[in-house]
Amino acid sequence: MSSITEAVTISSEKIKPHQLEVERLARRISSIVICLLAWHLASTRHVDLGLITFQNMPSPEEVLAAGWELLQSGKIVSHLTASMSRVFSGYLVAVVTGIALGLIIGRSRTSADTLLPPLEMLRPIPAVAWIPLSILMFPSSELSMIFITFTGALFPILLNTIHGVEAIDPRLIASARSLGTGRSAIFTEVILPAAAPSIFTGLSIGMGTAWFCLVTAEMIAGQFGIGYYTWASYTIQNYAEIVVGMLLIGLLGMTSSIAIRKLGNAMMPWRVSRVNK
Amino acid sequence: MMNLLVESPVAVAQAQIQGQIDIKNLHIRLGHGKHEFEAVQNVSVSIRPGEFVCLLGPSGCGKSTLLGALAGHLAPSSGTIQVDAQPVKGPHSDRGLVFQHHTLFPWRKVIDNVAFGLKMKGLPRAERHERARELLKLVGLAGFEQHYPSQLSGGMQQRVEIARVLINHPRVMLMDEPFGALDAQTRMMMQELLLDVWERIRTTILFITHDIDEALFLADRILVMSPRPGRIIEQIPVVFTRPRHSEIWTSDHFIHLKRRCLELLHLKNADFPLRRLTPLGTAPCP
Repeated sequence: MSSITEAVTISSEKIKPHQLEVERLARRISSIVICLLAWHLASTRHVDLGLITFQNMPSPEEVLAAGWELLQSGKIVSHLTASMSRVFSGYLVAVVTGIALGLIIGRSRTSADTLLPPLEMLRPIPAVAWIPLSILMFPSSELSMIFITFTGALFPILLNTIHGVEAIDPRLIASARSLGTGRSAIFTEVILPAAAPSIFTGLSIGMGTAWFCLVTAEMIAGQFGIGYYTWASYTIQNYAEIVVGMLLIGLLGMTSSIAIRKLGNAMMPWRVSRVNK
Repeated sequence: MMNLLVESPVAVAQAQIQGQIDIKNLHIRLGHGKHEFEAVQNVSVSIRPGEFVCLLGPSGCGKSTLLGALAGHLAPSSGTIQVDAQPVKGPHSDRGLVFQHHTLFPWRKVIDNVAFGLKMKGLPRAERHERARELLKLVGLAGFEQHYPSQLSGGMQQRVEIARVLINHPRVMLMDEPFGALDAQTRMMMQELLLDVWERIRTTILFITHDIDEALFLADRILVMSPRPGRIIEQIPVVFTRPRHSEIWTSDHFIHLKRRCLELLHLKNADFPLRRLTPLGTAPCP
C-alpha cells in the first residue's frame, strides 16, 4: 500500500506556484529591459567595436518615434491585417498538409520512399529563391505571398510530425490492437495523440518560420504588409522604420508562437501535469 | 503439509469458462536473411480453459516469441495456434496482452485507459466508466480514476494495465514478465493481487517469467522451455490448494519443485546469454 500513499503525496505537493511565476516573469521582463538599455547606450554613444559598429544604428528613441508615427498614420491596421492574413493562410495550409503528409510518411515505408526524396530536395531552398517561380505559378501576387509563407511553415511541421510518429513505442500500438482497436482507429486513438507533443513542437517552430518568411514574401507586395513596410523602408534608407518593421515582425512571431504553445498545453493536459510535478 | 495438495486444482465450474488454447507443431522464425534464426521449435501444448500456466525459461529462449504469436503479433512459420477452436489470425480483444513495462496511454486518465477496450466496442461513455470503476476497485485503485498514468507508481501502472485488459473479458490473458520490473516487495503484492483477481474474473492465463518462485506461486502448471531454439522440455503440475498464501514458499513440496526447476534450467542453460526477444519480435539493439 506504500505505493498508493506515495502517489497521493505527488499530486498534492505543488509548491507555491504563484510566487514562482512572479519571479520568472520579473526575470523575463528585466532581460528585455537590459537589452533595450544596451541598445540605447551602443547607438547614442556611437560605439565602434571595429568588427561591428553602431555608429549609424538608429537609437531606441528614434525607433519609438518612427513607430509612433506609423501608429498615428493609421496605416498600421492595413499593414497588420494584410500580413496576418497572409501568414495565417499560408500557415493553415502548411498545418493541414504537413500533419497529413507526416502521418502518412511516418507510418508507411512505401510512402516515405516515394514522398520524402522530392521533399528533402525542396527543403533547403530558401524562401527568397521561390519568389520568381511563385510569381510564375500563381495567378495573383497575394497567392504567391501565401505560398512563400507556406513553404516556410511546412517543413518544421512535416519533419516534426514524421519524427513524432516514428518515435511511437510499437508496444503502444500492439497493446491498442490487442484491446480491439481497428486499423483506422489506431490513427485517431493512438498515433495522433502519441505524436501530438512532437507535432506541437513543429507547429510552434512553423509559426515562427512563417513570420520569418514574411519580408521575403512581401517583397512582391504592392502596398501593404509589415514585411513590405520594412523592405520599402530599406529601399528609401529610412533606418528607424526598418527597425520598427523588424520589431513588429519579431513581436508578432513571438506572440503567435506562444499562442500555439499555450494551445498545445491546453490540448495536452497530461504533459502539463508531468511538468508541474 | 498434506492439505496443500489436492487432486484437481481447477475443476470448479469449468463448463462456461472459455479460453482453450491448442498449439500444434509450432515453429517461429525471426530475423531476416543471414540473421534469421528459429526462436520457437516444434512446440505442441494444450491449455485448459481457466488454467493458469507459467512459461519458465532462460532469457532469449523464445518464451515471449511464443506469447507474441498467441497474441497475433507474430506469424508462425509453420504449425497451428487455436483458441477455442478458432485459428489465431491477428490481434484480438479476446487475447489480452500485458508487457513487462506498462503500455498505458499517457494522454488518457486512468479511468479512460481502463475503459478503452469498451470504447472500441462502441459502448456509451457512462456505461464504460461504470465498468471501469468496478475494475479499478477490483485491483485496489478506487480513487485514482482521474490520475494520469505518469502520476502512478510502477506497481499501480501495472494494475491499471491488468484492469484495462480484463475489462474486455478476454478468453486468454497473455502476460510477458509483467512484474519483472518491480521491486521484490511490490512483486509479491502483485502476485497475490493477480491470483485474487483471477479467482473473480476467471480467464486462461499464460504467464511468462524467469523467476522460479513466481512460477511456483502462481501456476497450475509450469512449462519449462529450453534455450534457443525454444522447445518445451518439461511440464510440471503445481497442485498447491488455492487460495494460495505466501506460507507455501517455505513448504517442503515447494522446495522440492523449485529444485527440479533449477536442475532443468541449469542443465539446459546456454553458455552465453542470448539477446532478449519480445512479443513483437527481436528487440532493438541496446
